[in-house]
Amino acid sequence: MANHVVTFPITDPQEILKLQAGDEVTVQGHIIGIRDRTQIRIFDQGVEPPMDLKGAFLLHTAPGVRKVAEHKYEKVCIGTTTSARMVRFTEPLGSQYGVRAICGKGGFPDEAIEPMHRLGMVYFAIVGGAAALETTQIEEIEEVAWEELMPECLWKFRVKDFGPLTVGIDAHGNSLYRDVQTRAKAKLEELYARL
Amino acid sequence: MTIDTDTSSRLLDVVEEAAAHLYVWALKDIPQDLRDALAAARLRETSVPGKRVLETIHKNVNIADSQNNLVCQDTGIAVYTCRVGEHFPLHPTRIYEGLRDGTARATVEHPLRSNAVHTITRENTGPNIGYRLPIVHWEFIPDWDGLDVKCIPKGSGSENMSFLKMCVPADGVKGIKQFVLESIVGAGGKPCPPGIVGVGIGGTADYAMYLAKEAITRPVGTRNSDPLVAQLEDELYGLLNETGIGPMGLGGDVTVLQCHIEHADTHMTLNPVAVNYQCWAARRASAHIAADGSVDFDREF
Repeated sequence: MANHVVTFPITDPQEILKLQAGDEVTVQGHIIGIRDRTQIRIFDQGVEPPMDLKGAFLLHTAPGVRKVAEHKYEKVCIGTTTSARMVRFTEPLGSQYGVRAICGKGGFPDEAIEPMHRLGMVYFAIVGGAAALETTQIEEIEEVAWEELMPECLWKFRVKDFGPLTVGIDAHGNSLYRDVQTRAKAKLEELYARL
Repeated sequence: MTIDTDTSSRLLDVVEEAAAHLYVWALKDIPQDLRDALAAARLRETSVPGKRVLETIHKNVNIADSQNNLVCQDTGIAVYTCRVGEHFPLHPTRIYEGLRDGTARATVEHPLRSNAVHTITRENTGPNIGYRLPIVHWEFIPDWDGLDVKCIPKGSGSENMSFLKMCVPADGVKGIKQFVLESIVGAGGKPCPPGIVGVGIGGTADYAMYLAKEAITRPVGTRNSDPLVAQLEDELYGLLNETGIGPMGLGGDVTVLQCHIEHADTHMTLNPVAVNYQCWAARRASAHIAADGSVDFDREF
């Protein structure tokens, strides 16, 4: 299990292909905050996102913020939400917009494995609930779009040493979540027999 | 007894003030029993991703302390449990008003993220208040004139991992155990493990879920006063940690910090079992309010 530092957005797909499930990753550069309503607007309502998502790192978040000026917000507390609700957007995010990494908590179900493999994408696991730490790693909220969806807007954050993240699903068809579930289900049979 | 207007209006302010304080306090400063449970988990865990998660949690709790920030960004749904003495000189309708207004004030003044939405339109309904929000569990205590309030900001990641099964009597206690195990394995990393598994057994469908929520509000590792139920808590706690789900579902030794069970007697043909999960950031803060309006902030009651 290797350690990596990756800067987003990426231009070289090799940056993603070198990551293996279980590896530890720290992220630099810019990341984009996105959530349920943001993705419903893009894909179910067909509205083009007003930010470039090519090579992007998306974070499943609805940040706690303080408004300081027109279209300008300061961080209060920024953490990460459960990813599984949004798994169906994985394929179009990769194929239509060139997204390369999705970061959230709790993992993606197995249906994300194939599109991530085919499109060269990864899922990064962050520690859910660890928002106090995450907030210190977000240097600035640089942009916000779709403020009427507050707090489920489209956000651009500049980050420094964002992590540690764990590669939960890699671009080679591996998923820690699938492995854990497979082992746990076998274990359940053993436990039931003992009851 | 009669309640004079001055007393009740003063107590209304006290309840509002207490609620505003409890909500923010709970979000920022997690209880010592939980800190101890997380520290023990950190020592016990052997998987690499699991250790990474528990180290990060440890770091996060310390940063929340030192920067006076929230432990988790999900300010949750404000849930309160109230124990109201028979002689407490403020009617529960007004206690509710104080809790609601205190929740709203804390949300606006801090500011806290507001999560409350209309369940059909999904439009925000106000500063963490709305129709039937916040949610209050009531218990009425005879021969007493005090009020205990506990605030449990309940995050959605763990609340989404709630499960109910109407087992039949022939499923017995084995059916209850199987359902809890399959629920927690199915939940995987989604509810931010390792947390507290709350189980409600008996009563009716709605009451079993109510009891499951009551169970997650207890200090970590406390045991049900009925020895049969306490034994089931011990057994399920052990079994759940054999599933290998691990911290944040990435695999490991520590899947749950505890399993708490609350029970009620039930109908001879019923065997309900409800599961309500509480994430590792099991936020909780309490206050005692005396009839004279003095407040003692405390973790427990």
